[in-house]
Amino acid sequence: MAAALADSWLKRWVLEVQEYVRLCAALAHGMATRPFYRYDFVEQLDAIGWASLTVVLLTGFFTGAVLALQSGVTLDQFGARPVVGRLVSASMIKELGPVLTGLMLTGRVGSGIAAELGSMVVTDQINALRALGTDPIRKLVVPRVLSGFFMAPALTIIADFVGMVGGWLVARFQLQVASGLYWSSIRDGLYMQDVWMGIIKPFILGFVIVTIACHVGLRTSGGTQGVGKSTTVAVVAGSVAVIAVDFFVSRLLISLLY
Amino acid sequence: MPVESKIAPRSAPAPATPGEDEPVVTFEHVSLAFDEKVILKDVSFMLRRGRTKIILGASGAGKSLSLKILLGLLKSDGGEVRVLGERVDQLSELEMMKVRTKIGMVFQEGALFDSLTVRENVGYRLYEETDTPLEEVDKRVEEVLGFVSLGEHIDKMPSELSGGQRRRVAIARAMCAKPEILLYDEATTGLDPITATTVDDEVIKLRDLENVSSIVVTHQLRDAFYVATHKAVKEENGAFRIVTADPEKERETDFLMLRDGLIVFEGDAKALRESTDDYIRTFLS
Repeated sequence: MAAALADSWLKRWVLEVQEYVRLCAALAHGMATRPFYRYDFVEQLDAIGWASLTVVLLTGFFTGAVLALQSGVTLDQFGARPVVGRLVSASMIKELGPVLTGLMLTGRVGSGIAAELGSMVVTDQINALRALGTDPIRKLVVPRVLSGFFMAPALTIIADFVGMVGGWLVARFQLQVASGLYWSSIRDGLYMQDVWMGIIKPFILGFVIVTIACHVGLRTSGGTQGVGKSTTVAVVAGSVAVIAVDFFVSRLLISLLY
Repeated sequence: MPVESKIAPRSAPAPATPGEDEPVVTFEHVSLAFDEKVILKDVSFMLRRGRTKIILGASGAGKSLSLKILLGLLKSDGGEVRVLGERVDQLSELEMMKVRTKIGMVFQEGALFDSLTVRENVGYRLYEETDTPLEEVDKRVEEVLGFVSLGEHIDKMPSELSGGQRRRVAIARAMCAKPEILLYDEATTGLDPITATTVDDEVIKLRDLENVSSIVVTHQLRDAFYVATHKAVKEENGAFRIVTADPEKERETDFLMLRDGLIVFEGDAKALRESTDDYIRTFLS
């Protein structure tokens, strides 16, 4: 009984991976060949980038602020309160900025994409697209993945910046660290490798979040209940993937850059 | 300078030209199964140009899946499927796109794109997949919406339309690029009889006034017989009327009944009414 269950689970898992890889291959083909639906791409830049700005600003700001608050207490034990800016910037740029932006995008964008594509599947709109001579991968997946790929780094950079501003407000008014000291500590504590790591990671995370959401959405079955299930799966799988991919990419970049 | 038309004229010849009776769709020994569940077993039928075939059957009989196989949305497990001379069961998705430009399909519930207006839905193929000048597409969209009597709803969203209006917009979308074959998948299911009749009238008009070959999948007997026993007549002032068809016209519409993946009946409306088969009698009652 247990063996049969494990066998069935394993088969399902392998099938999902196979279909995800097939989607990525179709995506690569769709990106490399015409037609390219540029209006859909611009629309998705707005839907994924601009529309996610508020949540990313708030997340980045409060993360930077709480980081300064917590690290200030710890640094005080070593008389190192003035270097709080270094800790905030390094943490935000290398790790928290990309990961938290990725998680926010998974919640806001990943769920939306899975629900939208899932609804299109269960109402036959995807079949209607194919019947009308449109490849759903080119029309729906390529614009979304490209937008995720380009907007995740842009949003991450914004999150990093507002995080440092949040940290500065706490450092200046709560920890009583001079503004000049805070910002010079940020500059001194940053290395080019950190910046590269903070920029490369969100490209990969943006790709992973959106491709997972598209994959899950396009494999929806079972009516409106299935759409709900797909939305949950897209958020759960996307969030776990963000954390896991972050680890493996960090490991790779450390070995390459440092 | 007048804009040269890029909307291809329908290649179907007017009635009584050579090739009138040529098959446009051929199913030969087609089979389909999902795991242990057999959907179609050795199904063979043919649709001739300008004719209508009505596929009847209970839910799960494989009617809608037959249309999906025909359109290349699903691959059969065995047999040959020819559409306009092409072996669609052997074509890749890319090759299938070319065949699909000659076929229109009306899906169950319409399958209109929620985020697009009626105009964008109807003209979707021409706007997105061709280089047809915009003003020409707009003109064609207005023309087909006029054909289904929905011209005043052109800028509405699908959610603002009633069920019957959505089906008629779906028909307008399917016919906009002048397909040679139209497929109707349960186009009247869930509609009240009066609204369903307005949809049936569109099917009849397209068959008789536009000479479109069509396959109508339904389990609504009233609609099936209405389509088979009526015809559209164009009057001198350009208006049209739906009138009772003569027996000769009636014979241009074939019925096909599926049961457990097999064809249990094939013939015209008269033969179907007179059938003594127990299952068919039960179905008709």
